[in-house]
Amino acid sequence: MADLATRPPLLHLARSRLRLRPGQTGVVIAGLVLLVAVVGSLLAPLVWPLDQSAVALDQTRLAPSWTHLAGTDDLGRDVAHRAVYGLRVSLLVGAVAALVATVLGGVVGGIAGMLGGRVDRLLMRMVDTIAAMPHLLLGIFIVAMLRPSLGAVIASVGLTHWLSTARIVRSELLSLRTRPFVDAAISGGAGRFRVLTRHLLPHVLPRLALATTLMIPHAVWHETALSFLGLGLPPHLASLGNMINDGQGSLLTGAWWASLAPGAVIVVVTLAIAVLAARWRDRLDPRVRAELHL
Amino acid sequence: MTSPEHLLADEVTVGYGRQVVLDGVTVRVGRDETVGLRGPSGCGKSTLVRVLALLHRPDHGQVSIDGTPVHGVRYAVPVDLRTRVAVLFQSPRAAADPRLSLDDLIAEPLRAVRTPEATVRERVAELADLVGLTADLRGRRPHAVSDGQLQRACLARALVHRPDYLLCDEATAMLDASTQAHVAAVIRDYQRTQRAGVLVITHDQTLLDHWSDRIVDLAGAARART
Repeated sequence: MADLATRPPLLHLARSRLRLRPGQTGVVIAGLVLLVAVVGSLLAPLVWPLDQSAVALDQTRLAPSWTHLAGTDDLGRDVAHRAVYGLRVSLLVGAVAALVATVLGGVVGGIAGMLGGRVDRLLMRMVDTIAAMPHLLLGIFIVAMLRPSLGAVIASVGLTHWLSTARIVRSELLSLRTRPFVDAAISGGAGRFRVLTRHLLPHVLPRLALATTLMIPHAVWHETALSFLGLGLPPHLASLGNMINDGQGSLLTGAWWASLAPGAVIVVVTLAIAVLAARWRDRLDPRVRAELHL
Repeated sequence: MTSPEHLLADEVTVGYGRQVVLDGVTVRVGRDETVGLRGPSGCGKSTLVRVLALLHRPDHGQVSIDGTPVHGVRYAVPVDLRTRVAVLFQSPRAAADPRLSLDDLIAEPLRAVRTPEATVRERVAELADLVGLTADLRGRRPHAVSDGQLQRACLARALVHRPDYLLCDEATAMLDASTQAHVAAVIRDYQRTQRAGVLVITHDQTLLDHWSDRIVDLAGAARART
């Protein structure tokens, strides 16, 4: 009880309410960052509307100041303001693309894992073949076939990132299928559908949800990369990749801040998601769980 | 003449790859008898149980229940035929879905065949009582109970459909002496009251002698092994 008295009461309260232990501060910070990022990008159009096509040629390349927190770019646009809208796009693309990839990977991996045999071999060779191609290149092909738009970017990221999910789901199902509790269920009269929904999916779903979460930062980077290459959203729309790309030119004239804010936003937000997902993964792993006393 | 009342593995051959595990084995478990199965490790006792439980397809040979030959295995076997043979596995940990409470574990086979919930609850309570699971234990998940308690729940699950044949694959090997005795007593009572056929595999010679009406040596049950 001694340390109870010496601890600052507010910190103690926060820790006990959140069931926090020392060392979990990173998780809390990551959670707050993500909360601010999500709430901020959701509320942005209401509290801080942006005219995407507006330029102010009398205010180009202003250094960061109190009026322009992250400076202005070479068209006089406020970098901080546009970064908020860029984050909106990135989070949307990241989340939707990760979801598309999960559903696709879940279905393919599910079919392969449940049916096994020839179907499994065929599907998995297909996965191997697609995986053999560089996925950024594949993504570029997909965007090039469609018109540059939000949908095209989502399709490009979603269609190139389902492979690992398919492999995870397949291998989980293959190993679960042979477990004695599945034998016991069959012997007890359960049909294929019952075994799948009652005994297999509930074991796979947490891993699948985790894989999706881990994929969001990756999908965000991918969107940024496509935009940076000029294959993402139309150039006048704020996206983190577009902004970093635009900022490149300003960099040579000494306006280093034009790329800094969008770059920093991407690093901080994806790091926050990754930290939370890693924590979640640890909770799922019984061995790590025992070590952490969860 | 009525059809024979036995679970029969007739001239069953099973191999994994090139390794032949069972070679033309014939084993018969009659209603109202307890058959002990003996044999050295790796001689295919567990494989034979999986074949008899309609979970593994033999390369040759046939399994029949009361004279009715069974075609196919696992999901392909009609549910009313499948549920007449129950298995009690060696490791209750592996045989219990870690997500289900003991109550749900016992109830699962009933729910799988769409039994009304009131009947399910009644039957689960009755069986939990039979195998000696207290109300406190029934709500727990497998990780929160001991091997012995979990095996009791697995036994209750195996009996939930009132099977005609019960196959025990070293079901008491991992249990302490008193649990072992209790599980054996429950199985024996069930066998007598239901006129069930029971196949027991165990390395415990004393248990085998006490428990079974006759003992089959798997090495001797093979066709061409001299």
